Amino acid sequence: MPVEITRRDYSLVGRDSRFAVEMGLASAEWYACPIPRKRLKQLMQRRDGPPIRDTLLWFALLGLTGWLGCHFWGTWWCVPAFIAYGVLYCSCSDSRWHECGHRTAFKTTWMNDVVYEMASFMVLRESTPWRWSHTRHHTDTIIVGRDPEIAVPRPPDILGIILGFFSLKSGPKEYKKILLHCLGKLTAEEKTYIPETEYRRVFWTARVWVLVYVTVIAWAIAARSLLPLMLIGLPSFYGAWLLVIFGLTQHAGLAENVLDHRLNCRTVYMNPVFRFVYWNMNYHLEHHMFPMVPYHALPALHQEMKADTPKPYRGLIEAYREIIPAIWRQVKDPAYYVKRELPPSAKPFPASVPTAQAA
Amino acid sequence: MNDGWIKTCNVDDVEPEDVLRFDHGEQTFAIYRTTDDKFYATDGLCTHQKVHLAGGFVMDHLIECPKHNGRFDFTTGQAKGAPVCVDLKTYPTRVENGEVFIRIG
Ligand code: FES
Repeated sequence: MPVEITRRDYSLVGRDSRFAVEMGLASAEWYACPIPRKRLKQLMQRRDGPPIRDTLLWFALLGLTGWLGCHFWGTWWCVPAFIAYGVLYCSCSDSRWHECGHRTAFKTTWMNDVVYEMASFMVLRESTPWRWSHTRHHTDTIIVGRDPEIAVPRPPDILGIILGFFSLKSGPKEYKKILLHCLGKLTAEEKTYIPETEYRRVFWTARVWVLVYVTVIAWAIAARSLLPLMLIGLPSFYGAWLLVIFGLTQHAGLAENVLDHRLNCRTVYMNPVFRFVYWNMNYHLEHHMFPMVPYHALPALHQEMKADTPKPYRGLIEAYREIIPAIWRQVKDPAYYVKRELPPSAKPFPASVPTAQAA
Repeated sequence: MNDGWIKTCNVDDVEPEDVLRFDHGEQTFAIYRTTDDKFYATDGLCTHQKVHLAGGFVMDHLIECPKHNGRFDFTTGQAKGAPVCVDLKTYPTRVENGEVFIRIG
């Protein structure tokens, strides 16, 4: 039975957090599409080949566009070079951060960890806090008061979303946290999902990051040029726009407080270039339901699941035809959300009913 | 039951490089079979958030939890890093006449 609440509290230490626990929405059991164990085992197999190929290509493209940006520095030709460099540096890092954070991208663990640390820096997400926040995101996906990674809380902050295209909202917040961590402190919210055993790692990583930033800033001052910062640091801002375009498709406008990823995640078909940048994260519903399946097997997993899931979106345009009006409507009507239609053949899940509705 | 040894399953019930759930009273266990046909047993629930490890993925001597990809060495129970921080309890195993036994006493 839906429970009426007046206004959502997205804080992890507030009223909705307690509500989620009381309603059994925290650390709950989620629906999983039936896939024979034998097939799932095949899909879960890890490989080093595809991620090594993709990572070498990524580094080569970063090197090439960075070199072009430097070469044409001072002319208009550096603009397209840095647009491409920024996307490769920041937006591409989003998916590398994600897949390597799950340690599923590479078969070899240390390769996941090295790429994870690098990508975390480039996308401006502190590696340890974000590993734990993402863990919580998987435990309590889009559960209000529990999930720290709800990109579009209701009512949506339109200006914040626009600023997000260049990390102008999240970036300064992240820097504040980095400085706090340098001082050996965590926020109250972070303490709800980061175990104490990880605190030292948080603090020392933040100090290393600050050292890197100080070095690059000193280099820029010594060279009397913005160029060093165009290569390291600033791309986390000017290269973020594509990750926001991709990222908003994951959950924006969909149901909150449901225990069925079919109702709160989108799968959006993308072209091969976008899928390289996004490392198949566009198969987001598949990833949430079976996070053990590596990115290169997600298209095959999609084939296994699709009879039991809502229709995927044919592309970004179709997805945004739904997302933009939904977000717009939620500004005035925060109770509104897009109800995903399960196909007639799909198995319903009893808990797939939103339990909290804004009045 | 004999000296704490209990029968869990037949050898063929677990594929090589795989894991099987085994419930006994209130307890639940995970029974592993390696590619060289050795059997191991641990507690059945992940120490992070009590998810059944039998839904996870076996790679060499590692079991990866299906919920957040936390990994344990199932031969020793050792947690192999975030998000799992607490080791798993392991149990001795033995194979007799095609049947897998674990000692829980
Ligand atoms: S429940 Fe096993 S890693 Fe989280």
